[in-house]
Amino acid sequence: MVWLLSDTGVREVAASTEGGGLWLSPEDMAAATGWEMKPEGLCQGEVCVPVPAGRTEEFAAGGKINAAAFWRHMGWPVAHGDNGVAWLLGEGADARRSALESLDAPDFTLPDLAGVEHSLSAQRGKKVFLATWASW
Amino acid sequence: MWQTLFDELKDQNFTIITVAMDADIEAARPHIEAASPDYISLIDRDHRVAGLYNMVNVPEAVWIDEAGQIVRPPEIAGTYDTVKSRDKITREVPAEEQAKRDTARQVYQDAIRDWVKNGAQSRHVFSPEEAKARLNVPDEAVAAAHANFQLGQFLLRQGKPAAAQPLFEEARRLHPESWTIWRETEEKNEAGLAAGPGFWARIDALGEKKFYNTVDMEGMPG
Repeated sequence: MVWLLSDTGVREVAASTEGGGLWLSPEDMAAATGWEMKPEGLCQGEVCVPVPAGRTEEFAAGGKINAAAFWRHMGWPVAHGDNGVAWLLGEGADARRSALESLDAPDFTLPDLAGVEHSLSAQRGKKVFLATWASW
Repeated sequence: MWQTLFDELKDQNFTIITVAMDADIEAARPHIEAASPDYISLIDRDHRVAGLYNMVNVPEAVWIDEAGQIVRPPEIAGTYDTVKSRDKITREVPAEEQAKRDTARQVYQDAIRDWVKNGAQSRHVFSPEEAKARLNVPDEAVAAAHANFQLGQFLLRQGKPAAAQPLFEEARRLHPESWTIWRETEEKNEAGLAAGPGFWARIDALGEKKFYNTVDMEGMPG
């Protein structure tokens, strides 16, 4: 089993990590990332990315999808550690750049000391002074 | 640190959210309990906010208007780079530099007051074009650094510091300008500070660059 971190959270999934890949079942791929294999290629909602010609086996084989190969193909960050037991499929710099350039303050949800979660977007309607600090 | 300002302005459709870039909640706890803030005070163990807003140090701040739009992109939150002027031995800040830091705080907090009072008409609010021009956006290496850092923090919480370490090293390599990643993953002294020889070596290596960039604001010490 592999720990898989993505925008949708942390999940433990059955995966093969042969050859530096992260081979997931289509169900796990969809649940963790929202991307599904279709005849057009890998699709998330209306957006489809064709599999590069002649490279199908890098992305899909034996009923599994290589999530890491797809992420790398898109230029998005893939991190792995603990001898292939822990993986993270991160948000790409392209998405973060366009989010910032839209000037819509990127939303986040984080806990306070008591563990109560708060979202930036819940403050809509007020001016928000958002400030960071650290103990170190 | 922001409580007085919050008390003054909280009834004027204004609020404050602070975010501690602290992987260890217990390291942040005594600071928050001592400040006992009435504003929302959050803990960001994975430095997600630094990733989303492309921040590289603390304290940084963003001004967000009623519609959720950024009107001042991330900038140093009303302080001034006294770090580089510290005495090499005692680490004390010379009085004139300390005074500049106090001025920076005053100017910055007055600017926030002006924004709360005048909204979009405040001279401290940037137009969308000005705000975009002042944005620092992440590249692929920065996004990858945050991914490695975040997975490293996950492994730390799983009790696997040895497995986390290579990910932290990769995060540092990918994003050498980040003080948040560097300091969080550095060994801390008995006061909980990453202020050992490695820190001062990094400060020395800055050369002409600053630990805290100057805020683009009239009256701010340069």
